[in-house]
Amino acid sequence: MRLRPERGLGLVLRFILALVVLVFFLFPIYWLAIISFKTPDEIFSFPPVWWPEAIQFANYAVLFKDGDVETIGNSLFIAGASTLVATLLGTMCAYSIARFRTGGNMFSDWIISNRMIPPIVIVFPIFLLFVALGLVDTYIGLIMLYTAFNLPYVIWMMRGYIQDVPVELEEAALVDGLTRFEVFRKVVLPMVRGGLFATAVFTFVFAWNEFIFALVLTRNEVTTFPVQVTHYFGGQSNLWAKIAAMSVLGTVPIFIVVAFLQRFLVRGISLGAVKG
Amino acid sequence: MSQLEITGLRKHYGSFEALKGIDLSVPEGEFCVFVGPSGCGKSTLLRTIAGLEESSHGTIAIDGEVVNDLRPRDRNIAMVFQNYALYPYLSVFENIAFGLRARRVADAEVNRRVGEAAEMLGITPLLDRQPRQLSGGQRQRVAIGRAVVRDARLFLFDEPLSNLDAQLRDGMRAEIKRLHGEIGKTTIYVTHDQIEAMTLADRIVLLREGRIEQEGAPLDMFERPRTRFVAGFLGSPQMNFLPVEAGADGLVLADGQRLPRPLNASGATGSLVLGVRPEHFSRAGEPVAGEGRLDILVDLVQPTGTRTYAQFRVGAQEVTAELPAHSVEAPGARLALAVDMARVSLFDADGIALR
Ligand SMILES: Nc1ncnc2c1ncn2[C@@H]1O[C@H](COP(=O)(O)OP(=O)(O)OP(=O)(O)O)[C@@H](O)[C@H]1O
Ligand SMILES: [Mg+2]
Repeated sequence: MRLRPERGLGLVLRFILALVVLVFFLFPIYWLAIISFKTPDEIFSFPPVWWPEAIQFANYAVLFKDGDVETIGNSLFIAGASTLVATLLGTMCAYSIARFRTGGNMFSDWIISNRMIPPIVIVFPIFLLFVALGLVDTYIGLIMLYTAFNLPYVIWMMRGYIQDVPVELEEAALVDGLTRFEVFRKVVLPMVRGGLFATAVFTFVFAWNEFIFALVLTRNEVTTFPVQVTHYFGGQSNLWAKIAAMSVLGTVPIFIVVAFLQRFLVRGISLGAVKG
Repeated sequence: MSQLEITGLRKHYGSFEALKGIDLSVPEGEFCVFVGPSGCGKSTLLRTIAGLEESSHGTIAIDGEVVNDLRPRDRNIAMVFQNYALYPYLSVFENIAFGLRARRVADAEVNRRVGEAAEMLGITPLLDRQPRQLSGGQRQRVAIGRAVVRDARLFLFDEPLSNLDAQLRDGMRAEIKRLHGEIGKTTIYVTHDQIEAMTLADRIVLLREGRIEQEGAPLDMFERPRTRFVAGFLGSPQMNFLPVEAGADGLVLADGQRLPRPLNASGATGSLVLGVRPEHFSRAGEPVAGEGRLDILVDLVQPTGTRTYAQFRVGAQEVTAELPAHSVEAPGARLALAVDMARVSLFDADGIALR
């Protein structure tokens, strides 16, 4: 069905409504961003300054000078690595479960149930484990942990996408001369590409935002971005300039990832529901 | 030498036995059609030959080499699937080239062979398209093209035409036959459509519940079915099965009419079943001694244009006769029909043909 072209009053009303909603949701982001460019005086002035006299980057410069931005690098590395490992391993597990019913019928239900444990419940045992294994405050520790957290989600999602791939496509490829692994790489992966990207984005965002474990399991070496931001909330005063600037920096990678993968995201999420 | 040799093949799915001992040999270059009702094991047999299913017992040999333990890719077989199995993310060209690329054939060779196959199937203008931009018939051609480019030992088809509409199906059927003539590769073709089986096959293998019921040349099986099942499966409209009491001097039908004994049947007596194809009936002329003759009351007339089907009852049994067009105009007509006793079949109580 084709939508009737809108015109006149209806269009204006819709436009205004969309604008209101947009302003409502974007305002906090605007406020955060604008603070990051203000001088200390402007931050605390009343009535508030809606637009600073001059856009100045002093707040950012401090973060770079003191090395605070390294925590964003840490987060990028940890989230990126764990996403890579989790999607790689998870997709292969999912393939095995979807096609060979590995582990029986209930296996994937059991796997996803792992994801439902509230993280706080296992913080303490994990901490002891990390101490014993010497993993506290290491990259590898957090990467393994986030991979473990994300694996069930990846397996669950990818299993669904893989089940939607017609099995004849794989059989045709087998007969045509591919090995099982080549079938996975050249038939299954291209077929589930949208779903794979969507899953990877969610995996990345989870690792990017994760706070509790990062707080408990790191000290000074591998502080992640969310943990770093909390350092600016002081007993007496909050370092609003740093909070704002750091938050803006921390939003940029997610923004880039989502913008870049957006067309896959929408398709990937709707893939399970609407088969084309 | 036969190219495909199957001996004692069995296939279990859990406790269910889908193939119950298949023995079959297919000579080089033959067009062999597996046919049978739904669920009889045609696809299972084909897929076992391809290596997509493992057999439970028995051996499969291709060119004298036992392939039971070979992976599908090592059997050098090409297969066309019912729903085409085209890769939506590849162009038509790359779809056809897929098997060649998998075997690392050089680019120039790939171009040449894909070009040839496309030419043969008349899909050269479509090579740059995506599969979703093709009609069903075109997709089927691409799927066949994918098999044809491969220099495979065996071609397997699993109901390749069943997703096409009737008109397209007739065209593609002729094309597949022509293609087989050109390429001359041993082909195994699965269908549940007996017309497809009759028209395409050098040899029909009729399966029933995991066993081969009968195999042979199409007309041979049509004219000399070994069982009532075969007789009923081949031919449309179906053969009529009439219960008869057989004595030494003739057959007595359910309504008391008498027919002479069929010329080609043995001398068995008792309760038997007479198999008469619709085309074994004709309008009777003057009575002749020893001729098969029935007096009937027509209760349904179905003209098809070229021929007219007349239905009548013998006892409780509904019987169809195929007559020339215009030979019956309306129900209620009384006719005398001649039965060609040289061509009918006689079956015993177990459905085995008496010869
Ligand atoms: N994977 C499977 N697991 C269990 N039973 C199966 C499996 N595949 C097939 N069967 C059974 O084996 C029998 C033969 O199946 P097959 O697919 O070979 O039939 P077919 O002759 O190809 O029928 P159709 O004309 O409907 O395609 C059927 O009874 C079917 O239910
Ligand atoms: Mg089948």
